[in-house]
Amino acid sequence: MPIFDNELDMLKERVLTLGSMVETAIRDSVRSLVERDSELARNVIKRDHLVNALEVKIDEECVRLIALRQPMAGDLRFITTTMKITTDLERMGDLAVNIAERALELNEEPQLKSFKNIPKMAEITEEMVRDTLDAFVKGCSKLPYEVINRDDEVDDLTVTNFNELLELMLKDPKIIPLAIKRTYVAKYLERIADHATNIAEMIIYMCKGKMIRHTTADE
Amino acid sequence: MVGELNDRYLFEIQDFSIFYGNFMAVKNVNLNIEMNKITAIIGPSGCGKSTLLRSLNRMNDLIVTSRVEGKALFRGVDIYEKVTDVIELRRRVGMVFQKPNPFPSSVYENVAYGPKIRGIKQKSRLDEIVEHSLVRADLWKEVKDKLNDSGLSLSGGQMQRLCIARSLAQEPEVMLFDEPTSALDPISTAHIENLLQELRKTITIVIVTHNMQQAARISDYTAFMYLGELIEFGETDTLFVNPQNKLTEEYITGRFG
Repeated sequence: MPIFDNELDMLKERVLTLGSMVETAIRDSVRSLVERDSELARNVIKRDHLVNALEVKIDEECVRLIALRQPMAGDLRFITTTMKITTDLERMGDLAVNIAERALELNEEPQLKSFKNIPKMAEITEEMVRDTLDAFVKGCSKLPYEVINRDDEVDDLTVTNFNELLELMLKDPKIIPLAIKRTYVAKYLERIADHATNIAEMIIYMCKGKMIRHTTADE
Repeated sequence: MVGELNDRYLFEIQDFSIFYGNFMAVKNVNLNIEMNKITAIIGPSGCGKSTLLRSLNRMNDLIVTSRVEGKALFRGVDIYEKVTDVIELRRRVGMVFQKPNPFPSSVYENVAYGPKIRGIKQKSRLDEIVEHSLVRADLWKEVKDKLNDSGLSLSGGQMQRLCIARSLAQEPEVMLFDEPTSALDPISTAHIENLLQELRKTITIVIVTHNMQQAARISDYTAFMYLGELIEFGETDTLFVNPQNKLTEEYITGRFG
Protein backbone atom coordinates (compact mmCIF):
# COMPACT_ATOMS: atom_id res chain seq x y z
CA MET A 1 0.00 0.00 0.00
CA PRO A 2 2.35 2.72 -1.22
CA ILE A 3 0.06 5.66 -0.30
CA PHE A 4 0.04 4.59 3.31
CA ASP A 5 3.81 4.09 3.22
CA ASN A 6 4.22 7.66 2.00
CA GLU A 7 1.97 8.91 4.75
CA LEU A 8 4.00 7.06 7.35
CA ASP A 9 7.24 8.45 5.90
CA MET A 10 5.82 11.96 6.05
CA LEU A 11 4.75 11.42 9.63
CA LYS A 12 8.24 10.27 10.52
CA GLU A 13 9.74 13.32 8.84
CA ARG A 14 7.45 15.60 10.82
CA VAL A 15 8.50 13.97 14.08
CA LEU A 16 12.13 14.51 13.12
CA THR A 17 11.44 18.17 12.32
CA LEU A 18 9.77 18.56 15.70
CA GLY A 19 12.72 16.79 17.31
CA SER A 20 15.29 19.05 15.69
CA MET A 21 13.28 22.15 16.70
CA VAL A 22 13.30 20.95 20.29
CA GLU A 23 17.00 20.09 20.14
CA THR A 24 17.75 23.62 18.96
CA ALA A 25 15.55 25.09 21.69
CA ILE A 26 17.38 23.14 24.38
CA ARG A 27 20.82 24.03 23.01
CA ASP A 28 19.98 27.71 22.60
CA SER A 29 18.35 28.00 26.01
CA VAL A 30 21.45 26.63 27.73
CA ARG A 31 23.72 28.83 25.61
CA SER A 32 21.63 31.88 26.42
CA LEU A 33 22.29 31.18 30.09
CA VAL A 34 25.95 30.21 29.96
CA GLU A 35 26.87 32.97 27.49
CA ARG A 36 24.44 35.47 29.11
CA ASP A 37 22.77 36.06 25.73
CA SER A 38 19.28 37.37 26.53
CA GLU A 39 18.44 37.94 22.88
CA LEU A 40 18.91 34.22 22.25
CA ALA A 41 16.73 33.41 25.29
CA ARG A 42 13.93 35.59 23.92
CA ASN A 43 14.24 33.79 20.58
CA VAL A 44 13.75 30.41 22.25
CA ILE A 45 10.59 31.68 23.97
CA LYS A 46 9.31 33.25 20.76
CA ARG A 47 9.78 30.05 18.74
CA ASP A 48 7.94 27.76 21.15
CA HIS A 49 4.54 28.20 19.47
CA LEU A 50 5.98 26.52 16.36
CA VAL A 51 6.76 23.43 18.43
CA ASN A 52 3.23 23.44 19.87
CA ALA A 53 1.65 23.83 16.45
CA LEU A 54 3.66 20.97 14.97
CA GLU A 55 2.80 18.72 17.93
CA VAL A 56 -0.91 19.31 17.28
CA LYS A 57 -0.46 18.70 13.56
CA ILE A 58 1.31 15.38 14.18
CA ASP A 59 -1.36 14.28 16.63
CA GLU A 60 -4.10 15.09 14.17
CA GLU A 61 -2.28 13.18 11.45
CA CYS A 62 -1.95 10.14 13.74
CA VAL A 63 -5.67 10.19 14.53
CA ARG A 64 -6.44 10.52 10.83
CA LEU A 65 -4.25 7.53 9.95
CA ILE A 66 -5.78 5.40 12.70
CA ALA A 67 -9.28 6.26 11.48
CA LEU A 68 -8.69 5.90 7.76
CA ARG A 69 -5.98 3.25 7.48
CA GLN A 70 -6.74 1.10 10.51
CA PRO A 71 -3.07 0.34 11.06
CA MET A 72 -1.98 -3.03 12.39
CA ALA A 73 1.15 -4.54 13.90
CA GLY A 74 4.33 -2.50 13.23
CA ASP A 75 2.36 0.38 11.68
CA LEU A 76 0.10 0.56 14.71
CA ARG A 77 3.06 0.56 17.08
CA PHE A 78 4.77 3.25 15.01
CA ILE A 79 1.72 5.53 15.10
CA THR A 80 0.96 5.06 18.80
CA THR A 81 4.63 5.60 19.61
CA THR A 82 4.59 8.78 17.54
CA MET A 83 1.58 10.10 19.47
CA LYS A 84 3.27 9.47 22.77
CA ILE A 85 6.70 10.80 21.91
CA THR A 86 5.41 14.06 20.44
CA THR A 87 3.92 14.81 23.85
CA ASP A 88 7.35 14.24 25.40
CA LEU A 89 9.02 16.37 22.73
CA GLU A 90 6.58 19.22 23.26
CA ARG A 91 7.18 19.08 27.03
CA MET A 92 10.93 19.23 26.37
CA GLY A 93 10.29 22.37 24.32
CA ASP A 94 8.39 23.89 27.27
CA LEU A 95 11.28 23.06 29.59
CA ALA A 96 13.70 24.77 27.18
CA VAL A 97 11.43 27.82 27.42
CA ASN A 98 11.64 27.59 31.23
CA ILE A 99 15.43 27.54 31.00
CA ALA A 100 15.33 30.58 28.72
CA GLU A 101 13.05 32.40 31.20
CA ARG A 102 15.45 31.70 34.06
CA ALA A 103 18.31 32.81 31.79
CA LEU A 104 16.57 36.16 31.21
CA GLU A 105 16.26 36.64 34.98
CA LEU A 106 19.76 35.43 35.82
CA ASN A 107 21.35 37.45 33.04
CA GLU A 108 20.10 40.63 34.79
CA GLU A 109 22.02 39.71 37.92
CA PRO A 110 25.76 39.42 38.55
CA GLN A 111 27.24 36.04 37.66
CA LEU A 112 27.00 33.79 40.71
CA LYS A 113 29.91 31.55 39.89
CA SER A 114 31.05 29.98 36.67
CA PHE A 115 28.82 27.22 35.36
CA LYS A 116 30.25 23.74 35.51
CA ASN A 117 27.53 21.22 36.21
CA ILE A 118 24.86 22.75 34.01
CA PRO A 119 26.86 22.70 30.74
CA LYS A 120 27.85 19.13 31.52
CA MET A 121 24.23 18.17 32.17
CA ALA A 122 23.15 19.99 29.03
CA GLU A 123 25.76 18.13 27.00
CA ILE A 124 24.56 14.72 28.17
CA THR A 125 20.90 15.68 27.85
CA GLU A 126 21.31 17.02 24.32
CA GLU A 127 23.15 13.86 23.38
CA MET A 128 20.29 11.77 24.80
CA VAL A 129 17.76 13.75 22.79
CA ARG A 130 19.82 13.39 19.62
CA ASP A 131 20.25 9.66 20.16
CA THR A 132 16.52 9.10 20.77
CA LEU A 133 15.77 10.80 17.47
CA ASP A 134 18.43 8.69 15.72
CA ALA A 135 16.94 5.61 17.34
CA PHE A 136 13.49 6.61 16.09
CA VAL A 137 14.84 6.72 12.53
CA LYS A 138 16.94 3.57 12.78
CA GLY A 139 14.29 1.54 14.54
CA CYS A 140 15.78 -1.42 16.35
CA SER A 141 19.26 -0.75 17.72
CA LYS A 142 21.12 -0.50 21.00
CA LEU A 143 20.72 3.28 21.07
CA PRO A 144 17.53 3.52 23.14
CA TYR A 145 19.05 1.29 25.82
CA GLU A 146 22.12 3.54 25.96
CA VAL A 147 19.90 6.59 26.37
CA ILE A 148 18.04 4.99 29.25
CA ASN A 149 21.29 4.08 30.99
CA ARG A 150 22.65 7.62 30.66
CA ASP A 151 19.72 9.10 32.55
CA ASP A 152 21.41 8.23 35.86
CA GLU A 153 24.38 10.48 35.04
CA VAL A 154 22.03 13.43 34.66
CA ASP A 155 20.26 12.55 37.90
CA ASP A 156 23.60 12.40 39.72
CA LEU A 157 24.68 15.76 38.32
CA THR A 158 21.39 17.31 39.48
CA VAL A 159 22.20 16.26 43.03
CA THR A 160 25.85 17.41 42.78
CA ASN A 161 24.70 20.77 41.45
CA PHE A 162 22.20 21.17 44.25
CA ASN A 163 24.71 20.29 46.95
CA GLU A 164 27.27 22.75 45.62
CA LEU A 165 24.72 25.53 45.48
CA LEU A 166 23.42 24.64 48.92
CA GLU A 167 26.90 25.10 50.32
CA LEU A 168 27.12 28.55 48.73
CA MET A 169 23.68 29.49 50.05
CA LEU A 170 24.64 28.47 53.57
CA LYS A 171 27.74 30.63 53.36
CA ASP A 172 25.95 33.63 51.90
CA PRO A 173 22.13 33.68 52.21
CA LYS A 174 21.95 36.78 49.97
CA ILE A 175 22.54 34.60 46.93
CA ILE A 176 19.61 32.29 47.71
CA PRO A 177 17.26 33.78 45.03
CA LEU A 178 19.88 33.35 42.33
CA ALA A 179 21.02 29.95 43.50
CA ILE A 180 17.46 28.66 43.56
CA LYS A 181 17.00 29.72 39.95
CA ARG A 182 20.11 27.78 39.06
CA THR A 183 18.80 24.68 40.80
CA TYR A 184 15.63 25.14 38.76
CA VAL A 185 17.64 25.07 35.55
CA ALA A 186 19.31 21.83 36.61
CA LYS A 187 15.90 20.39 37.44
CA TYR A 188 14.58 21.39 34.00
CA LEU A 189 17.50 19.61 32.33
CA GLU A 190 16.91 16.60 34.50
CA ARG A 191 13.27 16.57 33.40
CA ILE A 192 14.31 16.84 29.75
CA ALA A 193 16.51 13.78 30.21
CA ASP A 194 13.53 11.98 31.77
CA HIS A 195 11.44 12.77 28.70
CA ALA A 196 14.27 11.49 26.46
CA THR A 197 14.20 8.30 28.53
CA ASN A 198 10.43 8.00 28.01
CA ILE A 199 10.94 8.32 24.27
CA ALA A 200 13.69 5.70 24.30
CA GLU A 201 11.35 3.32 26.14
CA MET A 202 8.61 3.90 23.58
CA ILE A 203 11.07 3.24 20.74
CA ILE A 204 11.90 -0.11 22.30
CA TYR A 205 8.15 -0.79 22.36
CA MET A 206 7.89 0.27 18.72
CA CYS A 207 10.64 -2.21 17.75
CA LYS A 208 9.88 -5.14 19.96
CA GLY A 209 6.25 -4.74 20.93
CA LYS A 210 7.37 -4.97 24.53
CA MET A 211 6.55 -2.32 27.13
CA ILE A 212 9.57 -1.77 29.34
CA ARG A 213 8.26 1.35 31.06
CA HIS A 214 8.36 1.15 34.84
CA THR A 215 10.62 -1.87 34.64
CA THR A 216 14.40 -2.04 34.22
CA ALA A 217 15.82 -2.15 30.70
CA ASP A 218 17.81 -5.34 30.53
CA GLU A 219 19.90 -4.85 27.42
CA MET B 1 -10.70 -44.22 18.56
CA VAL B 2 -11.08 -42.44 21.87
CA GLY B 3 -8.13 -40.28 22.75
CA GLU B 4 -7.40 -38.53 25.97
CA LEU B 5 -10.15 -36.04 26.68
CA ASN B 6 -8.97 -32.52 26.85
CA ASP B 7 -11.02 -30.04 28.86
CA ARG B 8 -9.51 -27.04 27.18
CA TYR B 9 -9.46 -27.89 23.51
CA LEU B 10 -12.49 -28.95 21.58
CA PHE B 11 -10.52 -29.61 18.42
CA GLU B 12 -6.93 -30.81 18.31
CA ILE B 13 -5.60 -30.72 14.79
CA GLN B 14 -2.36 -32.64 14.41
CA ASP B 15 -0.06 -32.80 11.36
CA PHE B 16 -3.20 -32.37 9.35
CA SER B 17 -3.11 -32.11 5.55
CA ILE B 18 -5.92 -31.91 3.04
CA PHE B 19 -5.57 -32.86 -0.62
CA TYR B 20 -7.75 -32.23 -3.64
CA GLY B 21 -6.43 -34.91 -5.98
CA ASN B 22 -2.69 -34.26 -6.06
CA PHE B 23 -3.04 -30.69 -4.86
CA MET B 24 -2.15 -30.19 -1.22
CA ALA B 25 -4.54 -27.45 -0.05
CA VAL B 26 -3.68 -27.63 3.66
CA LYS B 27 -0.18 -28.59 4.72
CA ASN B 28 0.71 -30.22 8.04
CA VAL B 29 -1.35 -27.95 10.21
CA ASN B 30 -1.14 -28.19 13.98
CA LEU B 31 -3.80 -26.19 15.74
CA ASN B 32 -5.89 -26.41 18.89
CA ILE B 33 -9.33 -24.83 19.09
CA GLU B 34 -10.17 -23.73 22.58
CA MET B 35 -13.59 -24.27 24.05
CA ASN B 36 -15.98 -21.32 24.35
CA LYS B 37 -13.64 -19.05 22.45
CA ILE B 38 -13.81 -17.48 19.03
CA THR B 39 -10.98 -18.57 16.77
CA ALA B 40 -10.59 -16.64 13.52
CA ILE B 41 -8.76 -17.96 10.48
CA ILE B 42 -7.40 -15.29 8.16
CA GLY B 43 -5.27 -15.36 5.04
CA PRO B 44 -5.35 -14.46 1.36
CA SER B 45 -7.71 -16.21 -1.07
CA GLY B 46 -6.66 -19.75 -1.79
CA CYS B 47 -4.62 -20.13 1.42
CA GLY B 48 -6.68 -23.12 2.54
CA LYS B 49 -8.59 -21.43 5.36
CA SER B 50 -12.07 -22.44 4.16
CA THR B 51 -10.83 -25.93 3.33
CA LEU B 52 -9.50 -26.28 6.87
CA LEU B 53 -12.75 -24.93 8.33
CA ARG B 54 -14.88 -27.27 6.24
CA SER B 55 -12.78 -30.23 7.29
CA LEU B 56 -13.94 -29.75 10.89
CA ASN B 57 -17.39 -31.15 10.11
CA ARG B 58 -16.28 -33.12 7.08
CA MET B 59 -17.97 -30.89 4.53
CA ASN B 60 -15.03 -31.62 2.23
CA ASP B 61 -16.28 -35.20 1.96
CA LEU B 62 -18.70 -33.82 -0.62
CA ILE B 63 -15.73 -33.26 -2.94
CA VAL B 64 -14.87 -36.70 -4.28
CA THR B 65 -11.19 -36.04 -4.92
CA SER B 66 -10.52 -34.79 -1.40
CA ARG B 67 -8.62 -36.77 1.21
CA VAL B 68 -6.86 -36.02 4.45
CA GLU B 69 -3.70 -37.03 6.28
CA GLY B 70 -2.98 -36.57 9.95
CA LYS B 71 -5.51 -36.17 12.69
CA ALA B 72 -8.39 -33.88 13.51
CA LEU B 73 -9.65 -34.74 16.97
CA PHE B 74 -13.02 -33.52 18.16
CA ARG B 75 -13.34 -34.02 21.92
CA GLY B 76 -10.49 -36.48 21.68
CA VAL B 77 -11.99 -38.53 18.86
CA ASP B 78 -10.60 -38.50 15.33
CA ILE B 79 -13.44 -37.28 13.13
CA TYR B 80 -11.93 -39.02 10.10
CA GLU B 81 -12.24 -42.48 11.66
CA LYS B 82 -14.36 -44.79 9.52
CA VAL B 83 -16.88 -45.25 12.33
CA THR B 84 -17.65 -41.55 12.63
CA ASP B 85 -21.32 -40.75 12.23
CA VAL B 86 -20.99 -37.80 9.87
CA ILE B 87 -24.61 -36.72 10.27
CA GLU B 88 -24.21 -36.60 14.03
CA LEU B 89 -20.88 -34.80 13.63
CA ARG B 90 -22.52 -32.11 11.52
CA ARG B 91 -25.25 -31.72 14.11
CA ARG B 92 -22.67 -31.14 16.82
CA VAL B 93 -20.51 -28.97 14.57
CA GLY B 94 -22.87 -26.55 12.82
CA MET B 95 -22.03 -24.34 9.91
CA VAL B 96 -23.08 -20.98 8.52
CA PHE B 97 -21.98 -19.84 5.09
CA GLN B 98 -21.10 -16.62 3.33
CA LYS B 99 -24.42 -16.24 1.55
CA PRO B 100 -27.53 -16.64 3.69
CA ASN B 101 -29.19 -19.82 2.44
CA PRO B 102 -32.54 -20.33 4.16
CA PHE B 103 -34.72 -23.16 2.88
CA PRO B 104 -37.56 -21.99 0.63
CA SER B 105 -40.06 -22.50 3.43
CA SER B 106 -41.44 -20.58 6.38
CA VAL B 107 -39.31 -19.04 9.12
CA TYR B 108 -40.73 -21.65 11.49
CA GLU B 109 -40.02 -24.57 9.19
CA ASN B 110 -36.46 -23.43 8.60
CA VAL B 111 -35.72 -23.71 12.31
CA ALA B 112 -37.89 -26.75 13.01
CA TYR B 113 -36.45 -28.77 10.11
CA GLY B 114 -33.42 -30.15 11.95
CA PRO B 115 -35.25 -31.16 15.15
CA LYS B 116 -37.98 -32.81 13.02
CA ILE B 117 -35.38 -34.85 11.15
CA ARG B 118 -33.95 -35.75 14.53
CA GLY B 119 -37.32 -37.25 15.40
CA ILE B 120 -38.94 -34.57 17.50
CA LYS B 121 -42.62 -34.55 16.54
CA GLN B 122 -44.40 -32.97 19.47
CA LYS B 123 -45.70 -29.55 18.36
CA SER B 124 -45.20 -27.86 21.73
CA ARG B 125 -41.61 -29.14 21.91
CA LEU B 126 -40.91 -27.89 18.37
CA ASP B 127 -42.46 -24.50 19.20
CA GLU B 128 -40.20 -24.29 22.19
CA ILE B 129 -37.08 -25.13 20.17
CA VAL B 130 -38.01 -22.66 17.42
CA GLU B 131 -38.57 -19.83 19.88
CA HIS B 132 -35.47 -20.63 21.91
CA SER B 133 -33.29 -20.84 18.78
CA LEU B 134 -34.65 -17.61 17.35
CA VAL B 135 -34.11 -15.85 20.68
CA ARG B 136 -30.53 -17.11 20.81
CA ALA B 137 -29.99 -15.88 17.24
CA ASP B 138 -31.42 -12.51 18.31
CA LEU B 139 -34.13 -12.75 15.66
CA TRP B 140 -37.20 -13.65 17.71
CA LYS B 141 -38.44 -10.09 18.29
CA GLU B 142 -38.30 -9.34 14.58
CA VAL B 143 -40.05 -12.48 13.31
CA LYS B 144 -42.31 -13.68 16.12
CA ASP B 145 -45.36 -12.32 14.30
CA LYS B 146 -44.38 -13.71 10.93
CA LEU B 147 -43.24 -17.22 11.64
CA ASN B 148 -45.26 -18.46 8.70
CA ASP B 149 -43.74 -16.01 6.24
CA SER B 150 -41.15 -17.35 3.87
CA GLY B 151 -37.61 -17.31 5.22
CA LEU B 152 -36.62 -15.82 1.89
CA SER B 153 -38.75 -12.72 2.55
CA LEU B 154 -36.42 -11.53 5.31
CA SER B 155 -33.59 -9.01 4.87
CA GLY B 156 -30.06 -10.28 4.23
CA GLY B 157 -29.00 -9.82 7.86
CA GLN B 158 -32.19 -11.46 9.13
CA MET B 159 -31.76 -14.39 6.73
CA GLN B 160 -28.24 -14.93 8.04
CA ARG B 161 -29.53 -14.91 11.63
CA LEU B 162 -32.25 -17.34 10.55
CA CYS B 163 -29.51 -19.66 9.29
CA ILE B 164 -27.78 -19.28 12.64
CA ALA B 165 -31.06 -20.10 14.43
CA ARG B 166 -31.51 -23.13 12.15
CA SER B 167 -28.10 -24.34 13.16
CA LEU B 168 -28.67 -23.58 16.87
CA ALA B 169 -31.87 -25.65 16.82
CA GLN B 170 -29.57 -28.66 16.44
CA GLU B 171 -27.88 -27.73 19.72
CA PRO B 172 -24.38 -27.74 18.31
CA GLU B 173 -21.26 -27.56 20.46
CA VAL B 174 -19.32 -25.73 17.79
CA MET B 175 -20.33 -23.42 15.00
CA LEU B 176 -18.22 -22.86 11.93
CA PHE B 177 -18.71 -19.57 10.12
CA ASP B 178 -17.38 -19.15 6.60
CA GLU B 179 -17.30 -15.39 5.99
CA PRO B 180 -20.74 -14.95 7.52
CA THR B 181 -20.94 -11.18 7.04
CA SER B 182 -19.21 -10.56 3.73
CA ALA B 183 -22.59 -10.17 1.99
CA LEU B 184 -24.05 -7.92 4.70
CA ASP B 185 -24.11 -4.17 5.36
CA PRO B 186 -22.19 -2.74 8.35
CA ILE B 187 -25.24 -2.64 10.64
CA SER B 188 -26.21 -6.25 9.96
CA THR B 189 -22.53 -7.14 10.34
CA ALA B 190 -22.34 -5.49 13.76
CA HIS B 191 -25.52 -7.33 14.72
CA ILE B 192 -23.99 -10.71 13.80
CA GLU B 193 -20.72 -9.83 15.51
CA ASN B 194 -22.53 -8.99 18.76
CA LEU B 195 -24.45 -12.21 18.40
CA LEU B 196 -21.22 -14.22 18.07
CA GLN B 197 -19.94 -12.67 21.31
CA GLU B 198 -23.14 -13.77 23.00
CA LEU B 199 -23.07 -17.30 21.51
CA ARG B 200 -19.47 -17.79 22.57
CA LYS B 201 -20.66 -18.10 26.16
CA THR B 202 -22.31 -21.42 25.34
CA ILE B 203 -20.63 -22.70 22.17
CA THR B 204 -17.25 -22.65 20.51
CA ILE B 205 -16.87 -20.63 17.34
CA VAL B 206 -14.47 -20.89 14.43
CA ILE B 207 -14.76 -18.18 11.81
CA VAL B 208 -13.08 -17.67 8.47
CA THR B 209 -13.00 -14.02 7.49
CA HIS B 210 -11.42 -11.84 4.86
CA ASN B 211 -12.09 -8.85 7.05
CA MET B 212 -9.07 -8.50 9.30
CA GLN B 213 -10.73 -5.81 11.39
CA GLN B 214 -13.53 -8.26 12.02
CA ALA B 215 -11.09 -10.92 13.18
CA ALA B 216 -9.44 -8.31 15.40
CA ARG B 217 -12.78 -7.13 16.80
CA ILE B 218 -14.40 -10.40 17.68
CA SER B 219 -11.92 -13.23 18.02
CA ASP B 220 -9.93 -14.47 20.99
CA TYR B 221 -7.43 -16.33 18.85
CA THR B 222 -6.33 -15.78 15.28
CA ALA B 223 -4.69 -18.18 12.86
CA PHE B 224 -2.95 -16.80 9.80
CA MET B 225 -2.62 -19.17 6.86
CA TYR B 226 -0.67 -18.78 3.65
CA LEU B 227 -0.33 -21.26 0.77
CA GLY B 228 -1.88 -24.02 2.84
CA GLU B 229 0.41 -23.54 5.81
CA LEU B 230 -0.46 -22.24 9.23
CA ILE B 231 2.04 -19.40 9.51
CA GLU B 232 1.13 -18.01 12.88
CA PHE B 233 -1.39 -18.73 15.57
CA GLY B 234 -1.87 -16.81 18.77
CA GLU B 235 -3.98 -14.57 20.90
CA THR B 236 -5.67 -11.98 18.71
CA ASP B 237 -4.41 -9.10 20.86
CA THR B 238 -0.84 -10.18 20.30
CA LEU B 239 -1.13 -11.19 16.67
CA PHE B 240 -2.47 -7.85 15.52
CA VAL B 241 -0.21 -5.68 17.66
CA ASN B 242 3.00 -7.64 17.66
CA PRO B 243 3.03 -10.53 15.18
CA GLN B 244 6.08 -12.74 15.40
CA ASN B 245 6.25 -13.79 11.77
CA LYS B 246 7.29 -11.44 8.98
CA LEU B 247 4.63 -12.86 6.62
CA THR B 248 1.89 -12.19 9.18
CA GLU B 249 3.15 -8.63 9.62
CA GLU B 250 3.17 -8.08 5.86
CA TYR B 251 -0.29 -9.51 5.44
CA ILE B 252 -2.03 -7.65 8.24
CA THR B 253 -0.35 -4.35 7.38
CA GLY B 254 -1.39 -4.74 3.74
CA ARG B 255 2.13 -5.04 2.34
CA PHE B 256 1.74 -8.53 0.99
CA GLY B 257 3.58 -9.75 -2.07
